[in-house]
Amino acid sequence: MNERRNEAGLTPLDRPNSYIGRSVPRPNLGRLVQGRAQFVTDITLPRMAHAAFVRSPHAHARIKTIDTAIAKSAPGVYAAFTWHDLAGVCTPWVGVLSHLKGLKSAEQYPLAPDRACWQGEAVAAVVARTRALAEDAAELVTVEYEELTPVVDPHQALDPKTPAIHPDHRDNLAFERTIDAGNVDQGFREADVIIESTFDFNRHTGVTLEPRAIVADWNEGEERLTVYQSTQALHMMKAIFAKHLGLAEHQVRVVCKDVGGSFGIKIHVYGDDMAVAAMSKILKRPIKYVADRIESFVTDIHARDHCVRAKIGVKQDGAITAWEIDDLTAIGPYSVYPRSSGIEVNQVINLTASAYGCKNYRAHARVAFTNKNVMCQYRAVGQPVAFGVTEGLLEMAARRLGIDPIAMRRKNLVPDESYPWTAPSGLQFEKLSHHACLDKLVQMMKYEELRREQAQLRAQNVHRGIGFSTFIEVTNPSAAFYGVGGAPITAQDGATLRLDVKGAVFCHIGVADTGQGAEAAIAQIVATSFGVPIDMVRVIMGDTDHTPYGGGTWASRATGIGGEAAWQAGKALRENVLMVAGAMLQTEGKTLDIRNGAIVDKDTGRERLPLAEVARVAYYRADTLPPGFQAEFVVTRHFVPRQYPFAFTNGHQACYLEVDVNTGFVKLLRHWVVEDCGTVINPQLVDEQTRGGVVQGIGPALFEHCVYDAQGQMLNANMADYLVPMAAEMPDIEVGHVATPTAESELGAKGTGEAGTAGAPAVVLNAVNDALAPFGAQLTAMPLTPDRILKALGKI
Amino acid sequence: MSALTIEVTMIVNGEEIRETVEARKTLVDFLREDLGLTGTHVGCEHGICGACTVRVEGEIVRGCLMLAAQCDGKRVETIEGVSDSGEIKDLQANFVTRNALQCGYCTPGFLLTAQDLLARNAMPSRDEIREFISGNYCRCTGYHAIVDAIEKTAEARAGRNS
Repeated sequence: MNERRNEAGLTPLDRPNSYIGRSVPRPNLGRLVQGRAQFVTDITLPRMAHAAFVRSPHAHARIKTIDTAIAKSAPGVYAAFTWHDLAGVCTPWVGVLSHLKGLKSAEQYPLAPDRACWQGEAVAAVVARTRALAEDAAELVTVEYEELTPVVDPHQALDPKTPAIHPDHRDNLAFERTIDAGNVDQGFREADVIIESTFDFNRHTGVTLEPRAIVADWNEGEERLTVYQSTQALHMMKAIFAKHLGLAEHQVRVVCKDVGGSFGIKIHVYGDDMAVAAMSKILKRPIKYVADRIESFVTDIHARDHCVRAKIGVKQDGAITAWEIDDLTAIGPYSVYPRSSGIEVNQVINLTASAYGCKNYRAHARVAFTNKNVMCQYRAVGQPVAFGVTEGLLEMAARRLGIDPIAMRRKNLVPDESYPWTAPSGLQFEKLSHHACLDKLVQMMKYEELRREQAQLRAQNVHRGIGFSTFIEVTNPSAAFYGVGGAPITAQDGATLRLDVKGAVFCHIGVADTGQGAEAAIAQIVATSFGVPIDMVRVIMGDTDHTPYGGGTWASRATGIGGEAAWQAGKALRENVLMVAGAMLQTEGKTLDIRNGAIVDKDTGRERLPLAEVARVAYYRADTLPPGFQAEFVVTRHFVPRQYPFAFTNGHQACYLEVDVNTGFVKLLRHWVVEDCGTVINPQLVDEQTRGGVVQGIGPALFEHCVYDAQGQMLNANMADYLVPMAAEMPDIEVGHVATPTAESELGAKGTGEAGTAGAPAVVLNAVNDALAPFGAQLTAMPLTPDRILKALGKI
Repeated sequence: MSALTIEVTMIVNGEEIRETVEARKTLVDFLREDLGLTGTHVGCEHGICGACTVRVEGEIVRGCLMLAAQCDGKRVETIEGVSDSGEIKDLQANFVTRNALQCGYCTPGFLLTAQDLLARNAMPSRDEIREFISGNYCRCTGYHAIVDAIEKTAEARAGRNS
C-alpha cells in the first residue's frame, strides 16, 4: 500500500479515530456468552412440525419397496414421504460446473427414488408433532432393499472391471485433469537425488458443534417460502430453493442469525434441506429438522480422501529440479451441488509446488465415484493436501541431502521481490512474502536453540521433532471460482449504509458471521470510513430480504470483499452527510469531515456540528435546507475482485513435538505461525482464526478419520469413536504477522480463515518424521496414530 | 413409549417448576423445549461434547445424559440463571475481551465448566485448565484463548480476594 501514501505519509486508511488494526471486541459476543443467541436449533414457530429421516443402512442397494402406512398412523404423525410424494414440487440436481471440463455426476434427489448410493442417504421422511414422535414413526417405515456390491476404494472404482455406480455412466471417473509445465523429464534427468513417496490424506469431516439445522416455512397466504437455515451462503440457498421448488427468487427468503460452526460444511446443498422445504410446501406449515450427531457423521460432507503418488528431483546443493504428482481422490457417489466435488482436486494440483521457483511440474488428478458419503469443499480446500505433499517431499529431500530444512526452503522459495509471479499451474500470485515470513518464524521460535535442545534430549532417549510448512491460502475469490461455471454463487458483495436520526449507522451486508468475527470487522471498517465511534454502528446480516445480494462467508471472503464494499459505502455516506452539513453551515462539504461522530473542519479538526444535528435537520426540518436540495442518507456500494482470480495469502508454520517411541503417542509442545493476510483489520480476530485453523488441521493429522469397512459402513460415526482435538492435547499457538496488502482494494485486506488448516497437517507430519529420523522410520499416511507410528518403528 | 409421563417439581434458576414430562425426555430437551431455556445447547446427545452442561444441585452434569425425571425435587441452574444472577460476570467479560469464543455454540457449556473448575481450584495452571475443560469440545478456537480467559479470571479473582 506504500504507493498510496500521500505527502504526509498517510494512506486512505489512516483516518482519525481509526479502528483499522485494533483488537476491538466483537459486538455480538454479549448474547453468545449469556445464552441469548438465536441458533436455528433454537427457533420455534406456530404450527411448526418436525421431520425425521429414514436412511439407507446399506452403502449400495436397490430400493424395492417402501411402506409408510404404519408410520402414517403412528401417534402425532402428520405425513410420511418418499420421493414419489415430493416429485411434483421439487426437482433433482446435478453437481457439475461448466468450467471444470469433463466433470460428470448423476441426478441427485432429496429422497433416493430407487437406489441408495451411500450408507446414510435418506430414502423416506416422516413429519410429526415433535421430533421424538417423528423418530418413533420413522422406525415404523419398512424399506425392502436388494443389496448391490459397494465400491469403496478409488483404485477399485477406476478398475475397468468395476461396474459404474451410475447406470448412465461408462465408468466411475468423475473428473480428470493434467498439468505439464516446463520440462519435467529433463528436470528429473538433472537431479542428483529423486525421492518418491505416496501420501494418504484421510477422510475426515467438520463436526460443527451445531449440526445442520433448518426450519422451512411455506406461507400459503403470501405464497412465500421463508427458510431459517444454519448456513454460510444465504443468497445461494435462496436461488437453489427457488430453482428446485419452482418458485421465483423473490418468493424465497433465507434467514440466518447465529451459526454454530460451519467450516465449509454449511455451504452445500443437502437432500435433507430440500426435502424439508418441499414437505413444508406440501403441508403448508413450518417444518424443522436438525441433524443428530450420527446423521451428521454420515451425511455432512466429508473432506479430503486423497492418495497422492509424488516425486521430487533435487541437486546435491538442494536446488529442486522437478516435481511430479498423481492425485486420486474419492468423492462418494455424487459430485456435491452446486459447488461440485472437482474444485478440491483442482486446487491441489494448482497449489502443489507453487511456492517454489522450479517450473518443471507435472500433475495428474483423478476424481473417482465411490459408495461412501459425499466429499466436498471443507476449510482450506485442497491446501493441506497440496502442502502435505510439497512440504513432505521437500523435508524428505532435505533429510536425504543433509541440508537444514530452513536452508532448503530459502534456496528454493520464489524470492519476495519476484512477484507478481505465475506458478507452473498457471496461478497468478500478486505478491507473496515467503522469505519475510520464514525469517520472522525462525526468529520467533528461536530455531537454533530448539535444535540444540532436540539434540541434547536425543542423547537422553527423548525424541522430539521440529517440522515446518510453507503454505499459500486461497482467499477473496472472484467470479472465476464458481460464477464462471454457472453456479448461482456471487463473488461480489454489497453494503448498504443507513444513517438514523440520532447519528447511528446501520450497515446491511451480504456476508455472514459464522463465528469468525465478520460483524466486528465490518463495524470497525464502517466506523472508520464514515467517522463514528464503533458503538454507533449496527451491522445487519443474515437475511436475504434485508441485505444486498452477496456471496456469504466461504473461502475467507467476508472481510476482504464485504469489507471493501463497506469501506466504500462509508466514504460515500460521509460525502452525502457532509453535503448537508455544508448546506447548513453555508460552506463547501469538502472542507468538512466526520470524526468521532461530529462534523469538523477538515483542516483544523474544530468541531462544527454534532452528526445527530445534521440528521435531525435532514429528517425533521428539511424545509430549512436550500430549495431543491435533497439529503440522501442511504447509500450502497459493491465490490468484486477483478484483476486476480484470488487474493492469495501466504505464511509459514512450525511445530515442536515429542514422540514416545514406546507407545507411539505424540505430544504437541509448541506451534508457531507467521501469516500475511494483507491489511489486518482486527489482530485478535486474525490470531484466533489462525489458532482455530491450526487445531482444525492438527485434528486430521493425528486423530480424525472417517473409518469405513469393505461394505462401505462408517465404523466410527459418533463422537466417542471419531476423535476430535480436545484442550488437553493441544498446544499454545504463537502467531506472528507480515502485512502485504492487496492492491486490488483500498482496504488491502485478504482473508485468513484457511491459513491455520492449510499448513498444520504438513507441519505435524514433518515434525513426527523429524523425531523418528534417527530410527530410519517415516510416515506418510494420516492420521499419524500410535499404531502407525509403532509399525513404522517396527515395534508391532 | 411416549405415553409414559411423570410429574416433576424442580427449582430451575431459582423458580419453582411443576411440569408433566415424558419419562424418556432428557434434561436438556426439557430445558430447551418445555421451558424455552435455549441457552443450553445440544451437540452430540451422547455425553462427549459438553455443549449441554448445566448444574444440578451445584454439580455440573451433561444435560443429555440425565433424564428430566431424575431431577425431580432438585435444583437446576443454566447459563440463563448464572448470567442473570451475575455469578459469572467476570468470566463472561474475560471470554468477550479475549475472544475466547467464535461461533459461541459451545460457550455456555465452557463457562459453567470453567466456573466449576475455579470453585475447586482457585489458581489452576494452564495444564490443569486444559485437563479440566477437556470434556468440552470447541471446533472454532483451538482452545488457546479459552485457557487464557479462564486463567485471567482466576488471577483477577485471586487478586480481589488477597
